[in-house]
Amino acid sequence: MGLILNEDEVMLRDTAEGFFADKAPVTALRKLRDDRDETGFDRSLWADMAEMGFTGVVIDEDHGGVDMGFMAAGLIAEQMGRNLSASPFLSTAILAATAIREGGSAEQKSEWLPKIAGGEAILALALDEGPKHNPAGTSTRAEKSGNGFKLNGAKAMVVDGHVADALIIAARTSGDEGDAEGISLFIVNPKAKGVSTERTIMVDSRNAARIDLDDVEVSGDALLGSLDEGMAVLGKVLNAGRAAVAAELLGAGGQAFESTVAYIKERKQFGTIIGEFQALQHRASHLYSEMEIARSAVMAALTALDENDPKADLYCAMAKAKLGSVAKLASQEGVQMHGGVGMTDEYDIGLFMKRIRVLQELFGDAHYHMNQFALANKF
Amino acid sequence: MSELKAFAVEVRDWLEINCPKEMRQPITSDKDICWGGRNWEFKSEAQKVWLDLMASKGWTVPTWPKEYGGAGMTRAEENVLNKEMKRIGARSPLDSFGIWMLGPALLKFGTEAQKLEHLPPVARGEIRWCQGYSEPSAGSDLASLATKCEDKGDHFIVNGQKVWTSYAEQADWIFCLVRTDSSGKKHHGISFVLFDMETPGVEARPIKLISGRSPFCETFFENVRVEKHNLVGTREKGWDVAKYLLTHEREMIGGQNQSVSRPLHEMAATSLGLEDGKLSDPMLRAKITEAEIDEWAFGLTMSRKLAEAKAGASLGADSSMLKYYGTELNKRKYELMMDATGHDGLEWESERSDDGKQARGWLRTKGNSIEGGTSEVMLNIISKHILQLPGA
Repeated sequence: MGLILNEDEVMLRDTAEGFFADKAPVTALRKLRDDRDETGFDRSLWADMAEMGFTGVVIDEDHGGVDMGFMAAGLIAEQMGRNLSASPFLSTAILAATAIREGGSAEQKSEWLPKIAGGEAILALALDEGPKHNPAGTSTRAEKSGNGFKLNGAKAMVVDGHVADALIIAARTSGDEGDAEGISLFIVNPKAKGVSTERTIMVDSRNAARIDLDDVEVSGDALLGSLDEGMAVLGKVLNAGRAAVAAELLGAGGQAFESTVAYIKERKQFGTIIGEFQALQHRASHLYSEMEIARSAVMAALTALDENDPKADLYCAMAKAKLGSVAKLASQEGVQMHGGVGMTDEYDIGLFMKRIRVLQELFGDAHYHMNQFALANKF
Repeated sequence: MSELKAFAVEVRDWLEINCPKEMRQPITSDKDICWGGRNWEFKSEAQKVWLDLMASKGWTVPTWPKEYGGAGMTRAEENVLNKEMKRIGARSPLDSFGIWMLGPALLKFGTEAQKLEHLPPVARGEIRWCQGYSEPSAGSDLASLATKCEDKGDHFIVNGQKVWTSYAEQADWIFCLVRTDSSGKKHHGISFVLFDMETPGVEARPIKLISGRSPFCETFFENVRVEKHNLVGTREKGWDVAKYLLTHEREMIGGQNQSVSRPLHEMAATSLGLEDGKLSDPMLRAKITEAEIDEWAFGLTMSRKLAEAKAGASLGADSSMLKYYGTELNKRKYELMMDATGHDGLEWESERSDDGKQARGWLRTKGNSIEGGTSEVMLNIISKHILQLPGA
């Protein structure tokens, strides 16, 4: 289990650290928010990320990527978490790239992977429908229609769905709601007739979409992977997404923690630096310990993906569950220890709390993954 | 084939031939754990054979240099050995404070003569050591220790009392913190000395704990003669040796919970039963899940921190983090084990309960977050040395 970074990875981490701190710091997110930016991220940042190879981090070289693997993707995600950098990295470079790499035909790969790696296309995964993550609960249907399919249903929390050039939609082609079997994936043009998109600005000032599908006709070659067996591909996509989100949580939680420790070293009350109070010292030290445990969980999950470990599902569930709780603790302790200013928009700690809350929810919260962990262990 | 892979094959073959079948069975009683020493009574011939064979390879202390009884392995090679032993369920050939605590301290601070005298017998399991640190008035505030050590020209004379001396009544030698100077600040004037527990004036009395067992002693010293060549490191600067040794002790205590035999959820499933494939108590199921996830991630953290440190190097203040987290987790696990086993887990004397093994174990874990530095002291150390908070 690769729990320490090799030389290439250390170099990538250092590069990403400088890159995001310089090009997409928290002030950049504030500006996007305050300007009510239509896109919700900076397209020139995305172009720069393509230039750096970040967009093609899990795409093979034949399709224009750099093929550095999931540990590398996690290191990038962690730095984005530290800076609250807004970009379609998760939706496009992780989820869509993995979906097409794992399930795509030769034509689909040639069409989409070079565009993703080049920063020329944004893709979004339309999976969840209700208020909670529940892949087997997919009720959107795709019925055979001529040589193709007709899609009906409604999707929610489609990250970057408002600006996507293509949607990867999970729809039921057989079975009933609640069945893991019978789901298929389709690559759909968001401008197709019957697709309506509502941009949803979320609590973290980032964007998702609600997407309604009303008799949307797609051709047979829109199918991504095998009919009825979308879960096989989706499982790998979700593992990648969960590990990447866990890595982003590690970055966001780590930054929230460090800025809080820095704050209690400066703030004076009762004529003394509040960081001298043991009540705060012990809470900060407990959080340090949890953050260290969390880092191991993330690194192990990323490594399990890179090594195609048969227990990759379990590693990713463990990491997402652990990071969901630990990053939440970091944000809560952060706001509390900042005191009154922690409640102000001016201080960044609240922005971290908001982003962490969204990441906690994406692709299953801690409770969801604890349940998965228990089921996998037969209890 | 990489060198490590070739090494793994070599280790696997050797273990296959040399590890007695009996030594591949799970541990069922305390006597299955071999502590060695002058007075050790081997539970079986296999236990003795296993210790001698492993010691002859230097594999009881794989990373120690060969001249001191080790095999000069790198951390990576040691990991291979551990993994191969785990694969066949091989027991540890020797558990020893000499290996875990004294060894690292002597390797760093000892003279060549001290290393040659004391390390090989530790590696072979011939001498069993105990630790003289805490005193009745020096627990968490260890540096306020008062056991007096006077310079009598060609030797020292020690007078005082230690407490929480683990297995002192079974130990052959003691590594002991004593005060050689009481004129300055408390951290100054402490020295680290070694002496034989059979020296006249040494007496160890077991302390009965809430578990009903007596793993610890009160140890008294009355005019105990200590030879000057048994002073380790610089006189008055024993605190440096003491702190270094403590990082190893904390690493060891923090890692102890990893050895619990059966997963918690299996014990719970046996006791409570399953409904639709889930533990029948949903509240307990959630808590057990959380504890098992933490346990897994903690195990990964132990491996990560060890991989980050160079072979034989100390983890520094992070050993306090591991000690804090590991012991609190262990207490949590035992509480959940008690919850899961209900009435059965409360039995104290029956054969069915192996003389209250679990209940006594549960009570014993309460000491984990006290011995070797309390959780509160560990948090102070993290605050001071890692977070560098003011006044910590």
